Amino acid sequence: MAYSEDWIERYSRHIILSEVGGDGQQKIGNAKVLVLGAGGLGSPVALYLAAAGVGTLGIVDNDVVDLSNLQRQILHHTPDIGRPKVDSAIEKLQAINPDITVRPYRLMVDSTNILDIISDYDIVVDGTDNFPTRFLVNDACYFAKKPLVHGAILRFDGQAFTIVPDEGPCYRCIFREPPPVGSVPNCSQAGILGAVAGMIGTIQATEALKLIIGKGQTLTGRLLIVDALDMSFRQTKIRKDPDCPICGDNPTVTELVDYEWVC
Amino acid sequence: MTEIKADDSLDLRGVHCPINFVKTKLKLDEMASGDFLEVLLDEGDPIANVPRSVKEEGHQILKVGKAENGYYTILIEKG
Repeated sequence: MAYSEDWIERYSRHIILSEVGGDGQQKIGNAKVLVLGAGGLGSPVALYLAAAGVGTLGIVDNDVVDLSNLQRQILHHTPDIGRPKVDSAIEKLQAINPDITVRPYRLMVDSTNILDIISDYDIVVDGTDNFPTRFLVNDACYFAKKPLVHGAILRFDGQAFTIVPDEGPCYRCIFREPPPVGSVPNCSQAGILGAVAGMIGTIQATEALKLIIGKGQTLTGRLLIVDALDMSFRQTKIRKDPDCPICGDNPTVTELVDYEWVC
Repeated sequence: MTEIKADDSLDLRGVHCPINFVKTKLKLDEMASGDFLEVLLDEGDPIANVPRSVKEEGHQILKVGKAENGYYTILIEKG
């Protein structure tokens, strides 16, 4: 058999699944996924993708670990306070799975660097916490034709959405442009139940894995909305908007935009 | 009835569940539809579980034979 004993044992619970099997697990091993943000969403996303054996994981984050992060950002532990999040992340991810390659990017993505970074990856998972970056990522992934798994959380609420360029709607088909500065809470101003970050992050990880193995129905054209306080899940069908400023018939956004940042 | 000659075989005695099934599945992946695979399995959980899982994947169990010293030989036709 061409597979090593360790490989068979480590991924046995995947291989058993008829939708994965040996072929699917090899696809996972060959996949390159970029995780934007090593925070509340990025932590479960990266941990599950590493454990799943995603061969190359890129982790982008410019922050250092803060005490107030630990309630939800499960990649980081108490002794990591003050360390760059990418350093803390790479250590945990390699410990979970030494077979994979983890590439740290200690920077903030902007219009000048994002296309270059994502060009190396098959799939992008957005775990960032602010609107300017979310729109930048949506636009960049559309231009580069990279599938994007979106997730967002606030208080007890969360949402997830998968964007496959030209196959389904994009983020701007739902939300035209970032809300006015100061009109919505973000980052440090907002409360969040830590476990809700885990709920949405694991949904994003699952979506990325389904994209890799090419099985099931992803959240393409369906916005999943989670209210964890009521524990209700609902979906809204989203259509590709012909008037979308980026993926519509007459696009008005033809280059990347750095929107104003508030925090 | 003519004796079927297995195209390949796996000795999975001493291999616990579900790794025995995983190895069977990976071996079947490499084989062609209609090929025959002979697998040696321990009694107890392995012989109770592996043939059932193999059938669920769309293959046929043609024969289950018990050997003297507590193991089984099964013959699978790849679906």
